[in-house]
Amino acid sequence: MELSYTVAVLIIPVFMFLFLGIVGVKLSKKTAGILGTLAMGVTTVIAYAAAFTYFFGTEQGQVIDGVRQQLTVLDLTWLEFTKNLVIKIGVLLDPISAMMLIVISTVSFMVHIYSLGYMDGERGFQRYYAFLSLFTFSMLGLVLATNIFQMYIFWELVGVSSYLLIGFYYTLPAAVSASKKAFIVTRFADLGFLVGILILSFYTDTFDFISLTSDPQAAISTAGGATFLGCSVMTWALTLIFMGGAGKSAMFPLHIWLPDAMEGPTPVSALIHAATMVVAGVYLVARLFPIYAVDVTALEIITVVGAFTALYAAAVACVQSDIKRVLAFSTISQIAFMITSLGVASPELHHGVGYMASMFHLFTHAMFKALLFLCAGAIIHAVHSNEMSAMGGLRKYMPICHIAFLIGCLAIAGIPPFAGFFSKDEILVAAYAKSPIWGVWLSVVAGMTAFYMFRLYYKIFWWNNPDYGHHTPHEAPMTMTFPLIFLGLVSIVAGFIPFGEFVTSNREVYEIHLDWTVAGTSIAIAVVGIALATVMYRKENNLPEQLANRFRGLWTAAYHRFYMDELYQFITHKIIFARISKPIAWFDRRIIDGTMDLLANVTNSASFAVRRMQSGSVQTYVWFYLVGAVAVAVITIICLI
Amino acid sequence: MDYSQFLYMPQELGLLVVFLLVFLFDTFAPKRSQSALPVLTAVLFGIFTVCNYFMLMRGTAFEGMFENTAATFVMKSILNVGVLIVIIQSIKWSNSEAMAIRRGEFYELLLLTVFGMYLMISARHFLLFVIGLETASLPLAALVAFHKKRYESHEAAAKYMFTAVFSSAVFLMGLSFVYGLFGSLYFSDIAYQVMNNTSAMLVVALAFVIAGIGFKLSLVPFHLWTADVYQGAPTPVTSYLSVISKGAAAFAFMVVMVQVFGAAYSKVWEWMLYAIIILTITLGNLFAIRQRNIKRFLAFSSISQAGYIMLGVIGGNELGLASLMFYVLVYIFSNLAAFGVAFAIEQQSGKVSIDDYNGLYKTNPWLSFTMMLAMFSLAGIPPFAGFFSKFFIFTSALECGEMSNYILVLIALINTIISLYYYLLVVKAMFISPDDCSIARFRSSCGERVAMIVCVFGIILTGIVSCIYTFLVEAAQDGTTMFGLLN
Repeated sequence: MELSYTVAVLIIPVFMFLFLGIVGVKLSKKTAGILGTLAMGVTTVIAYAAAFTYFFGTEQGQVIDGVRQQLTVLDLTWLEFTKNLVIKIGVLLDPISAMMLIVISTVSFMVHIYSLGYMDGERGFQRYYAFLSLFTFSMLGLVLATNIFQMYIFWELVGVSSYLLIGFYYTLPAAVSASKKAFIVTRFADLGFLVGILILSFYTDTFDFISLTSDPQAAISTAGGATFLGCSVMTWALTLIFMGGAGKSAMFPLHIWLPDAMEGPTPVSALIHAATMVVAGVYLVARLFPIYAVDVTALEIITVVGAFTALYAAAVACVQSDIKRVLAFSTISQIAFMITSLGVASPELHHGVGYMASMFHLFTHAMFKALLFLCAGAIIHAVHSNEMSAMGGLRKYMPICHIAFLIGCLAIAGIPPFAGFFSKDEILVAAYAKSPIWGVWLSVVAGMTAFYMFRLYYKIFWWNNPDYGHHTPHEAPMTMTFPLIFLGLVSIVAGFIPFGEFVTSNREVYEIHLDWTVAGTSIAIAVVGIALATVMYRKENNLPEQLANRFRGLWTAAYHRFYMDELYQFITHKIIFARISKPIAWFDRRIIDGTMDLLANVTNSASFAVRRMQSGSVQTYVWFYLVGAVAVAVITIICLI
Repeated sequence: MDYSQFLYMPQELGLLVVFLLVFLFDTFAPKRSQSALPVLTAVLFGIFTVCNYFMLMRGTAFEGMFENTAATFVMKSILNVGVLIVIIQSIKWSNSEAMAIRRGEFYELLLLTVFGMYLMISARHFLLFVIGLETASLPLAALVAFHKKRYESHEAAAKYMFTAVFSSAVFLMGLSFVYGLFGSLYFSDIAYQVMNNTSAMLVVALAFVIAGIGFKLSLVPFHLWTADVYQGAPTPVTSYLSVISKGAAAFAFMVVMVQVFGAAYSKVWEWMLYAIIILTITLGNLFAIRQRNIKRFLAFSSISQAGYIMLGVIGGNELGLASLMFYVLVYIFSNLAAFGVAFAIEQQSGKVSIDDYNGLYKTNPWLSFTMMLAMFSLAGIPPFAGFFSKFFIFTSALECGEMSNYILVLIALINTIISLYYYLLVVKAMFISPDDCSIARFRSSCGERVAMIVCVFGIILTGIVSCIYTFLVEAAQDGTTMFGLLN
């Protein structure tokens, strides 16, 4: 097959990971960084070539009757589990995976370049590049997977490399606990994913995406009428699989790990926690979308979870004071937009516009959110703090960063002609088509987005001029500004890509028509949000504080992220650890050991000579043993009767 | 008697040859060359393990008391790999001053217990099975007591001895019930009669039989000896107990329960097994969370691992057997890697607390790396072998598609999350705790390093190289009449 060279995008990063991981310490920092970046550059070129050949190639079999085909360009049998259940490893090219190739390789390449400047002088620079390569490899493997099992393996690998990268500053306790939190929360979600896979494969006898999605009706009906707790088994399977996606994509209530993950290096946040890994959940639902489209219940769950998360995260983002946390919650909110968009998509409504809109927004969001994070990194680099209070008036000191950040803000707020406007508009169209409730809901969230992004913008670049003392902030080096300029340009033009020609739910060409009623409303709302932010934050004043005092309860609750973390803390520490683990450990130490000790002491005083051999413990052990054996028998007999 | 029957037991004979050579060397070799004994044992056993590959012989001997199939052959080969790693691991230790005078006994007793395990696996008559069980258990008591000058070692040995003897007594009582019910101790005779018999007597007999083997597997509630013995015994013996002895018991359990009592499964011991599995996995996990001593920690973790192994029995078919064998193989690599690191550190610095591992990454990166892989594999994180073994064993348990099995697997899955927490505690201590490490940088001995490297390769490759699993499935399907009576 012509496109089989695509597999190189997996081989190069994994080779770089091994190379930098094993001999990296022997190289100088500079060599390691440049080698890693060059390898990523080559990967990017190959990924672009593959995606362009896929979209524009004229080879026979790529497009049949106006429908883009899904091409399996590499297919190896890895394990025959049973005759029907065969696990394969391969590379699948279809519109969404080709699009993800572009997103991942672009952002990853930019982050590689940016890190040359940002991570300069850090300990473990070589290790950092090795981990970046590992992450890129896993993420590309995830999107190119031909079957759900392969996807799951790469899914976990992505989790592992994200764990390693968040905990990169392993000397900081906060980074360490954040990496652990991220790992455990997403692993917990993956539990659902795995159970979902097991159920799905059990009924359909296949892991393969193409055979699962080519005839979704048949796949659903294989379960027959099997139900569990009132829902059909397939709904359970799909909901559980979505649970895995919700964990990675930080949907409420599994979002708690993402804000903490900001403890990692900022380029990592840009790559993993803004552009690539966190959209894996969206990608997963999109991948299995034909099946979801048949199962209305699962799709409704997805819509509700997405819509709620969008509002929740936007509300929290309005009052945070750490710039990376504002961006983190804004990411959660934007991903929730994509999820909701998938939830409201159905083939009957405008040819499944929601699906196209979701993927479109994924694409543009990856670009401008990576841009915003990289700008945030440059700012943090300049003022050595994450807190907004340490910033202000930076427009004079960092002009390039200022312009780039402004472009990012305009794009996310949905002002034409920036990229976010076009994709968000399509999402709103899809939402209004499904139900006005979701439309209005998302419009409100879009207004909040404009408000909190410009709050952030003004607080950083305008507001007041704090005394910077000797450390006058200055523009970042070229390695860091180049990615900003590049991504800024992309954020301006990406909206004009005729996305409907490339990615649609039925893979047929779909013409995008701007619906000016919806577009006009959303522009108006965005402008109102921006105007409000301008009034409140352009110059230093006490209006925000007055408002915060007026709505003290709401403000505090939002500032504390509506106490979700405290709730988790309470459940894990107060209930699971304290009520279950501790008593058991106590039981082990006091009752079992204590009984032993007591018996030992009694025997001890009775017979000094044989005290060790006669230590009471063995008797107790044997006693337990016998009781256990008899109990097993008695219980079984009772059950049998 | 037809002596050619002995040819049906090539692996047993090979093992005896190794044992005799070691014994002769120990007895007659001049004093100054005695220190070559551990290496000699390792080499001989290594050759045996490799030759083993060509020793597949199917057939029965001694009036059907002994049977070799592809499945038993594979089980024994898997055990050999583990034993070889343990032998290599302990080379330096057994040459240390305190041990030097008794190193011969150490290896001889070790090889004898392997012989007992072989008999357990291949026995098709309960008499032979009991002989195997005892041969595999009693020498271990001597091994546990091997630290002559350490009090804990003796206490552990005494505890092990008493519990082992007691469990044998219970097991034999169960067997006498079985004999009373069926009038025979041949597996095949019993298997045909079990179908028509679900009396309370059979339940009691089965409970006692399960208790007897459950002792070796340290299933809850027959596990109480485990933590104390693991902690007190010399570390190579602990790793042997927790991996080899347990693996052999798991194989024997599968063979006995499925082949002999398979017909009574759904009627009698299905729920028994469910209860034991849930208890074993959950309690093992919950106890492990709070352990600070690495050996006690691994003891409880190995208890819960035993519970996962038992899931293979639930499947009760070729897939279950293959998954069980695969699980044991992966478990051998993962747990021996963990014990290898713990052992190297204990040898060097005498430190056994997890708190002492704080910051180990800075002083001993390779040891930390090995330990991390072992923990990831035990916790079942892809793409390490532990994930695949868990996946296979869960799928095999789900294969028959009963709702009760779903719930069981769900509980097991929830437990993997709990276990992830405490396995990560160790990783966290090594990699990210801020303290300066109390363990100085050191170079572990050659044998320890070889053993660890083998384990690391095992952890990374067993999962990915899929032909191993395919091979096990084929072996499980080959000529076994074992599953005919189940379902």
